[in-house]
Amino acid sequence: MIKLEFYLVISTLMFFIGIFGFITRKSMIAVLISLELVLNAVEINFAAFNRFLFPHQLEGMFFALFGIAITAAETAVALAIIINAYRKLGNININDASKMRG
Amino acid sequence: MNFSNFLLMGQETGLIVVVIILFFCDIFSTGKTAKWFYPLSIILFSILTLWGFCPKPEGEAFGGIFVTSDMTVLMKNILNIATLLVFLQSYRWLNSKEQSEEKGEFFIITLITLLGMYLMVSANNFMMLYIGMETASLPLACLAAFNKHQEKSAEAGVKFILISALASAVMLFGLSFLYGAMGTLYFNDMSLTVLNNPVTIFGLVFFLGGLGFKLSLVPFHLWTADVYEGAPTSVTAYLSVVSKGAATFALIFALFKVFGSMDIVWQNIIWWLSVITITLGNLFAIRQKDIKRFFAFSSISQAGYILVGIIAYNAQGMTATVYYILAYVFSNLAAFAVISAVENQSGKTSIAAFNGLYKSNPKLTLVMMLSVFSLGGIPVCVGFFSKLFIFLAAASAGQYVLIFIVVLNTVISLYYYLLIILAMFIKEPEESAVATFKSDIYNRIGMLICVVGILAVGLVSGIYSYINSLNWVI
Repeated sequence: MIKLEFYLVISTLMFFIGIFGFITRKSMIAVLISLELVLNAVEINFAAFNRFLFPHQLEGMFFALFGIAITAAETAVALAIIINAYRKLGNININDASKMRG
Repeated sequence: MNFSNFLLMGQETGLIVVVIILFFCDIFSTGKTAKWFYPLSIILFSILTLWGFCPKPEGEAFGGIFVTSDMTVLMKNILNIATLLVFLQSYRWLNSKEQSEEKGEFFIITLITLLGMYLMVSANNFMMLYIGMETASLPLACLAAFNKHQEKSAEAGVKFILISALASAVMLFGLSFLYGAMGTLYFNDMSLTVLNNPVTIFGLVFFLGGLGFKLSLVPFHLWTADVYEGAPTSVTAYLSVVSKGAATFALIFALFKVFGSMDIVWQNIIWWLSVITITLGNLFAIRQKDIKRFFAFSSISQAGYILVGIIAYNAQGMTATVYYILAYVFSNLAAFAVISAVENQSGKTSIAAFNGLYKSNPKLTLVMMLSVFSLGGIPVCVGFFSKLFIFLAAASAGQYVLIFIVVLNTVISLYYYLLIILAMFIKEPEESAVATFKSDIYNRIGMLICVVGILAVGLVSGIYSYINSLNWVI
C-alpha cells in the first residue's frame, strides 16, 4: 500500500528542485522547465490529497485539471515572450537580460 | 444548468460584449475608419463604467464560486475608473508611428486582464481566484512586452512572465495544503472548518507569498522596478494601480472571509510585511534617477500602507482599504499622465527631464504637484484623508506601534516626493529641456478627472460613509 506521505515527499522534493532550478539555471527555457516542475508538484499534491483524504468528492482532481490547462496557456505565452526576447537580445541567456538595474 | 446565474455577472458580461465589439471593429476598421477606433473604445468603455454605477442584484452564482455584493460592484467600479484613465492617457503613445498598428490589441488585451481582475474580486472559491489571477497576469506579461521595438520592453516581459508564473505556482502549493487541511476550497465552507494547525499556517504563508508577488510586497518586490521601467508607460500605470488594486481586494476578501478565526497568525505576518515594505520601499525610492523606477518604489511603499488597513480585521479596515485604493487611483494616475505626456514629447523618463518644467509647462507641473502631495499625504489632497482613515482603522485594532513606525516613514516619503517638486520648481532646466507643448485632448481630460478626484474625493465626506454603509458579507 502506497501511503499519502510518499506522494507528499515526492511533490515537496519536486517543488524545491523546481525552485532551485528557477534560481540557478541560465537559459530561459530551462527556467521555464523548472517552473513546470513546481506546477506539477502542486498537481500531484491536489490529486493525492483528494484520493487519500477526501475520496467521496472530486474537487482536488478538478483543480489539478484546471491547473494543467492554465499551465499550458502559461507556457505558450512564456515561449512567445522568450522568442520576442530572442529577437531583441540575440540569445536567451538570463544574464544578458540585464539592461535595467539600479 | 441554471442560466439565470449569468444575470448576477452583469459587469463581466458587459465587459465581454465590449471586448467582442472592439475585436470586430479592429478587424474591419482599416484605412480611413481606423482613426475612429480609439474614440469608439473610449466611448464604449465609458458607457460600461457608467453602467457599473446602476444598482445591481446581489447573491451567489454557480454553486457559490462566484459572489457579487454592493462592495464587489464598487471595487469593480474603482478598477473601471482606473482603466479608463489609463486608456485616456495612452492616446499619443498608441498613435505614434511605432504602435499605430497595434491599437486594437492594446485595448482587447487590457480589457481581458480587467475581466480576470473582476473574477478575482468576485471569487468565493480558491479555484476561481486562481483562474482570475491567471487571466489577469498572462495578458499583462504580453502588455509589458508590448513595445516590439524596444529591448527594455522585451526584457520586462520575460521578467514579468517568469516571476508571475513562479508566484502563482507558490500560491498554488499553499492552496494544495489548505485543501489537504480542510477538504474544500469554498470560502464559506473553509471559514467553518479552518483550524489553527501547522498545515493551515504553512498553506497560508505560501498563499500570502504568492499574492505578495502580485502586490509587490518587499521580500517579493524584486521584479517591480525592472518591469515598471521597461514596460510602456501606460502599461506601467495599469500595473501599478489596477493590478495592485485587484490583488488587494482579492487578498482582503480571502483573509477576512476564510482566515477570520486565525487572525492572530496573519496579523503577525502582515505586521512585519508592512513595516519592511514601507521602510525599504521608501529607502530605495530616494536613490532612483529614473522617474518610472521612482514611482515603482513609491508604489511598493504604498502597498505597505494598504496592508496597514488590512491588519485591522474589522469593517472599518475594509472601508479604509477600499477608500485608500480609490485615493491611490487618482493620485498615482495623475502622476503617470504627466510622465507619459513628457515622455511622448521628449522621449525621456529621467527625473532630470523634469528640471525646470514649471517654466515651460506650468499646468503639467500643477498636476504633478497635486499628485505628489496626495501620495505624500499633505492635507486637502485625498491622500491625507486616505492615510488618516488607514491609521484610524489600525488604531481601532490597537496597532499603535505599527502606526508610529508608519508615520515616521511618511516623513521619509515626503522627503523624496519633494525631490520631484524641487526638480520641477527650483532646479535650472538642462540644455535639452522639454519645450512648452500642448498635450492631446484625451490626456487633458484624464488629468482633469484626476485633479478633480484628488481635490474632491477627500472633501466630499459622503464617499467614505457610502463605502462604510455597503455590506460585503453575503
